[in-house]
Amino acid sequence: MTRYLLRRLGQSGVTLVLVSIVVFVGVRAMPGDTARALAGEETTPEALAAIRAEYGLDDNIAVQYARYVQHALTGDLGTSARTGLPVLDAILDALPVTLELALFSLLFAVVLGIGAGVVAAVRRGKPAEWAASTVALLGLSVPNFWLGIVLILGFAIALPLFPASGFVPFGTDPAENLRRMVLPAVVLGTGLAAVVMRQTRAAMLESLSADYVRTARAKGLSPWQVTGGHALRNSLITVVTVLGLQLGQLISGAVVTEQIFVLPGFGKLMIDAVFTRDYAMVQGVVLFTATAYILVNLTVDLLYSLIDPRIRLGGAR
Amino acid sequence: MNQTEPVLRVRDLTVTFEGERTVHAVDGVSFDVRAGEVLAVVGESGCGKSVTSLAVLGLLPEAAKVTGSVLLDGRELAGASEAELRAVRGSALSMVFQEPMTSLNPVLTVGRQVTEVLRRHQKLGRRDARERAVELLSLVGIPAPRRRVDEYPHQLSGGMRQRVVIAIAVACDPAVLIADEPTTALDVTVQAGVLDVLDSLRTRLGTAVVLITHDLGVVAHTADRVLAMYAGRPVEHATVDELFASPRHPYTRGLLAAVPRPGAPPEGGRLTEIPGMVPALTERADHCTFAPRCGLADEECTTARPHLEGERHLAACWHPEPEGTP
Repeated sequence: MTRYLLRRLGQSGVTLVLVSIVVFVGVRAMPGDTARALAGEETTPEALAAIRAEYGLDDNIAVQYARYVQHALTGDLGTSARTGLPVLDAILDALPVTLELALFSLLFAVVLGIGAGVVAAVRRGKPAEWAASTVALLGLSVPNFWLGIVLILGFAIALPLFPASGFVPFGTDPAENLRRMVLPAVVLGTGLAAVVMRQTRAAMLESLSADYVRTARAKGLSPWQVTGGHALRNSLITVVTVLGLQLGQLISGAVVTEQIFVLPGFGKLMIDAVFTRDYAMVQGVVLFTATAYILVNLTVDLLYSLIDPRIRLGGAR
Repeated sequence: MNQTEPVLRVRDLTVTFEGERTVHAVDGVSFDVRAGEVLAVVGESGCGKSVTSLAVLGLLPEAAKVTGSVLLDGRELAGASEAELRAVRGSALSMVFQEPMTSLNPVLTVGRQVTEVLRRHQKLGRRDARERAVELLSLVGIPAPRRRVDEYPHQLSGGMRQRVVIAIAVACDPAVLIADEPTTALDVTVQAGVLDVLDSLRTRLGTAVVLITHDLGVVAHTADRVLAMYAGRPVEHATVDELFASPRHPYTRGLLAAVPRPGAPPEGGRLTEIPGMVPALTERADHCTFAPRCGLADEECTTARPHLEGERHLAACWHPEPEGTP
């Protein structure tokens, strides 16, 4: 297990390096001149040259990359051209917002998706399955931004239960923080909930017809023990796989959702950075996102071995 | 025959699957099993053996319509509520399934799957249940049970898995154990071991065993009495000795003739087969369903249904061989 973990961590490191190179080169391939963006009003050739020299923009791109990595390793991701503040600080400010949003969306998707999927499988051919499947299809078909607008119209304006936008840190006012997270989490989590529901339903239908479920019933176990303890436990393998694959969607979905609800998270940071050619910020945000994605995948892989002993890694056979 | 009251008494059990084409899977099956006795139910695939056993436990899907009576120690199970059935399943009445590779849950430890039934029916605590599970694994002949209890099914061989399934089935000292083809999926060498386990459990615990099989060798080795089924109906019912010595029903005779015997090559150098095909069970026939394949069939056979008849050696046939003398 330890060896597997070390190998996976090594692989993750390599991926991260590759991502950083792609981002670094990609940002420099974007149209526009960094020096010009930094210079603002001052666009005389001398001023631009001075800026280039100051930021090392004249150096070979490999040299620039090496310098970037060297600084990054000490926690210095550069300075935002837009605000003049360290990129890392901006990221650390935005991170909790996006993490909270992603966490609640995930929670919403998992609870609703698995719950509805199990009900749909157990009540196969009954109205409950029909209802769950219809709602899931709707959830899949509706785009984020539209759902966001509809929910704002419905639950912030017509029926003012939740605020339409804005963010309050959890530390400042926990209740208000949660209230403001409800609509964004629902918007971001709906698509995922629909996917999870459909996969859970399919996996449960398969598990429920398996021989070991018949054995469990022959033991006299209650329907709850048979469904939850035996069938669902097996179905979770599929569900975790799907969740892992869909978390990337969650990250990109967060960008749209944060725009709709004006949340000062990662998505907003990234869009603002791209529009203002804030290269250091774009690099930092993409690097952080990539790291998050890699960590999530690693976690999912480790979760497998917890759920399915057959792929328990490096264990004695 | 044993004179004590039967622990399991099945009367006129009938199972129909209603659908676009209604299937009469089991049609009028009756049998008794007494404590410590092994009743073998034999017949070819699709003759209703497994459906019979699932019907006894009430484990058939909702689409199945079950009539008749299933008395377990005098309690009627046919038509009993799900809650009543759950209280009986796994405790007084338990089952061993055919396929050991798939009948254990792959993601739960062997111990969890054994203790589950103990905790459900005997209300044992976690630790007591675990100790009892180790005992049970050792009882069914699993070496190093203290280690095995924490392993997963994929770490065990097919024979070992079937022993675990048996351990689960006998965990709560059932009055009746139904074993549906318990050795079919196993190697011959492993088969003998598993059959020995079943045999020793019935002598030690006095369990009544219903052994469902198509393997006549297993029947001769293990059973006290035999019920032969054909196309969902019982055709012959006798003690093992009588049935093997002088089968009365033409189908049973055909079945026995189709078994290769080492050292006694069949006449003409070929095994005898039963001509024709098993009938579709989509209509309930008012005649002998074996008639189309039977050399003795006459008009009576195609117009009236025979029922099990005889002194001790019963056969459902209009032209049975005479009963052998005891």
